[in-house]
Amino acid sequence: MKTYDIVIVGGGPAGLAAAVAAREAGNDSILILERDHELGGILNQCIHNGFGLHTFKEELTGPEYAYRFIKQVLDLGIEYRLNTMVMDIASDKTVTAMNSEDGMFRIPAKAVILAMGCRERPRGALNIPGYRPAGIFSAGTAQRLVNIEGYMPGREVVILGSGDIGLIMARRMTLEGARVKVVAELMPYSGGLKRNIVQCLNDYGIPLKLSHTVVDIEGRDHISAVTIAEVGPGKKPIPGTEERYTCDTLLLSCGLIPENELSRSAGVQMSPVTSGPVVNESLETNIPGVFACGNVLHVHDLVDYVSEEAKRAGQNAVKYISGGCKDAESSEVIELVATEGARYTVPGTINRERMDDLLTVRFRVGDVYKNSFVSVYFDDERVVHNEKRILAPGEMEQIILQKKKLLEYPNLKKITVKIEKE
Amino acid sequence: MIYDVIVIGAGVTGSAVARELSRYETNVCVLEKCEDVCEGTSKANSAIVHAGFDAAEGSLMAKLNVRGNEMMDDLSRDLDIPFKRNGSLVVCIHKEAIDGLKDLYDRGVKNGVKGLKILSREEALEMEPNLSENVEGALYAPTGGIICPFELNIAMAENANMNGVDFRFNTEVEDIKKGEDGNWHLRTNNGEYITRYVVNAAGVYADEIHNMVSANKMHIIERRGDYCLLDKTVGGHVSHTIFPQPTRLGKGVLVSPTVHGNLIVGPTAVDLENKEGNNTTAAGIDDLITKAGDHVRNLPIRNVITSFAGLRAHEEHHEFIIEEVKDAPNFIDCAGIESPGLTSSPAIGEMVGKMMKDMMGLKEKANWISTRKGVKKTEGLSIEERNALIKENPAYGTIICRCESITEGEILDAIHRPLGARSLDGVKRRTRAGMGRCQAGFCSPRTMEILHRELGIPYEKITKSGGRSNIVIERTKGEVSGS
Repeated sequence: MKTYDIVIVGGGPAGLAAAVAAREAGNDSILILERDHELGGILNQCIHNGFGLHTFKEELTGPEYAYRFIKQVLDLGIEYRLNTMVMDIASDKTVTAMNSEDGMFRIPAKAVILAMGCRERPRGALNIPGYRPAGIFSAGTAQRLVNIEGYMPGREVVILGSGDIGLIMARRMTLEGARVKVVAELMPYSGGLKRNIVQCLNDYGIPLKLSHTVVDIEGRDHISAVTIAEVGPGKKPIPGTEERYTCDTLLLSCGLIPENELSRSAGVQMSPVTSGPVVNESLETNIPGVFACGNVLHVHDLVDYVSEEAKRAGQNAVKYISGGCKDAESSEVIELVATEGARYTVPGTINRERMDDLLTVRFRVGDVYKNSFVSVYFDDERVVHNEKRILAPGEMEQIILQKKKLLEYPNLKKITVKIEKE
Repeated sequence: MIYDVIVIGAGVTGSAVARELSRYETNVCVLEKCEDVCEGTSKANSAIVHAGFDAAEGSLMAKLNVRGNEMMDDLSRDLDIPFKRNGSLVVCIHKEAIDGLKDLYDRGVKNGVKGLKILSREEALEMEPNLSENVEGALYAPTGGIICPFELNIAMAENANMNGVDFRFNTEVEDIKKGEDGNWHLRTNNGEYITRYVVNAAGVYADEIHNMVSANKMHIIERRGDYCLLDKTVGGHVSHTIFPQPTRLGKGVLVSPTVHGNLIVGPTAVDLENKEGNNTTAAGIDDLITKAGDHVRNLPIRNVITSFAGLRAHEEHHEFIIEEVKDAPNFIDCAGIESPGLTSSPAIGEMVGKMMKDMMGLKEKANWISTRKGVKKTEGLSIEERNALIKENPAYGTIICRCESITEGEILDAIHRPLGARSLDGVKRRTRAGMGRCQAGFCSPRTMEILHRELGIPYEKITKSGGRSNIVIERTKGEVSGS
């Protein structure tokens, strides 16, 4: 097996954009390792439109969006291996991978870009009581069965959780002739994008029941009914609010978990909030030369932001290899803190000298806020105070920091992002 | 054809009996109502090899528990079953109950359990730092162990099958009559089976089967136990199997590592009158989390990857019933096989095998195969070993289950072997594909593709676990109009 400067783990939207950016930044020793049989990742099963409005100013389907990047990868001659599983990443950046043609092999990389994406929270992790019959799917698994394999899981559907994939599948199953009876959401707000609630539920008359959950699953071989109930304080079901729905399919869209088993075993420091690595302004983890981008870093709402983030990871990996990051190591690190409504920030730290002229800081809020302000404090001084009509957990927020501005505060230790009523 | 012996039930008891009978020159058939072995009580339990101090002194349960425990080293080696003697601790958290440990110790010594030791609070905490602050002392049993219950069941059944025992799946016994020919006639959904002898190893249904032939009615109570299984990242929270002190309802909620590195917490104990009532309940899960927390501190319960429930076949006298039915000659019950049934199963097989050898005058086979190799595992292989395997069969280079790193080669092995897998659960229990933290979200479509390709099962007929548990129902619209 050849050796490579940059090994990218994952050939989905993040991995592809990182590869293109690294190649364009001048490195020609890049390898993408993809576990599926084609590049593009989860976008291949997202056959609905709505991708690329920010990046390409047009509405593309998932496969079309992926192909824009795949084409660049092919045109630039970037190498990739399909059907290849990365088995281990060592802290010295040796990547161990395996496929049926090359066998198991090791690549000592100079830089590694983590782009493994995320997975869905399964039924087991939700502690939903009842039987364990067939007919219960995470929404993404059902999406794959319908859109890739071409098979319908069932005809009468209940959906638990209002994450974007669940909302998209509510519409998709409806278009295939299934009857989606209800979407139940444990939280008092949806975890998905507003536009998906409008276009996938409201347009088809599918009810969304907030503060509801599944309290029983019936059917021994195959699911035959579920009972949902309203939840009160502490997310406990309220007796007397139970409603029974006959169904042959239960889809779960109850959250996505960044897939960081490899990162953890490599010794990458993780954030308990995002379940992704803690990164600095260069999207670099605590292991120098190991970068992270896309849903493995934090779950995104729009793929456009994944591509943008991954581009920076690719560029920074090249900079790292050429030694461009080292001179800045001595300078002080500014800590980013999310509080009072803001759940986290990516990145978590900033080194002024290494940052670009403009740095996008992304975060999510923990609740729905109406007519509130996104505020940024440089130590104790409020420097940003942006009014927002609505802030919701399902939508990612961002603020843009200017290097020029940060340099005006030579003793800056801490940047705080918070949500304020006024 | 007339069989010499029909065993009803392909759980761990029926499979153990079948394997022992396969030593002899006799024709044996196992009838199983589900589509695979290990579908009832055998698949949903604590996966523990008990030391044997719990059962009443002089009981059959005590004798077979200790004997089964002793047999497990050789058996797991011969049949390639994951098994580990991790030792168990019965933890006392109430000063006034400390004498209970001594009672258990004495009973254990009388039952023939080796190596028992009563530990002080300090000794217990040193051995197991995550025990509750309130620990007052513990009973340590070094012979306690953990085992893969699926593999134990599957291995014994496979080995029986290799030695000529027939297995008929999806075959439910509906009635049993003594014919004028003196043989037993078993009516099933798949026609009539005739046999000289019957072994009743029907688990929670053992009373129904028994009551078909005997005037002395038996009553099995389904005692449900809810469990939580936790992620491998927290599998090391305890290294021994941690029991509370036993009560009238059983051995209580345990916390234990599994032989595959997860952490298991359970079971509750709720008596039912429902032989199919293995649904979990919110109250049950809450209850077991609370109880487990009494003995183990900082239980990382938010790392749960699945919960499930099993039914113990509790006979009202809390004793194994292994005997020829008095008013039904040539009909042998193996009933009331609740905990420690998994541990005892090899000893039950041995006992029934000897019993029937004498009753039937059986002769040992000259060419009996005593060993069996399990699905070739790739976990833990070196690069060189992997590459040798991949060179021989490239399917070992393709990972299908990401969470447990299970290759296509392992799945093919599970399908193409004696009594091979035909469903997603069949593959799961033989390889662990789908048993990890994503709970088959990623691998189930790919495993379906392999089952379809290898066995020619249409997609719509591929099931989770037989019966009506199909995964998909039909083609999407585009495909229908296009074809």
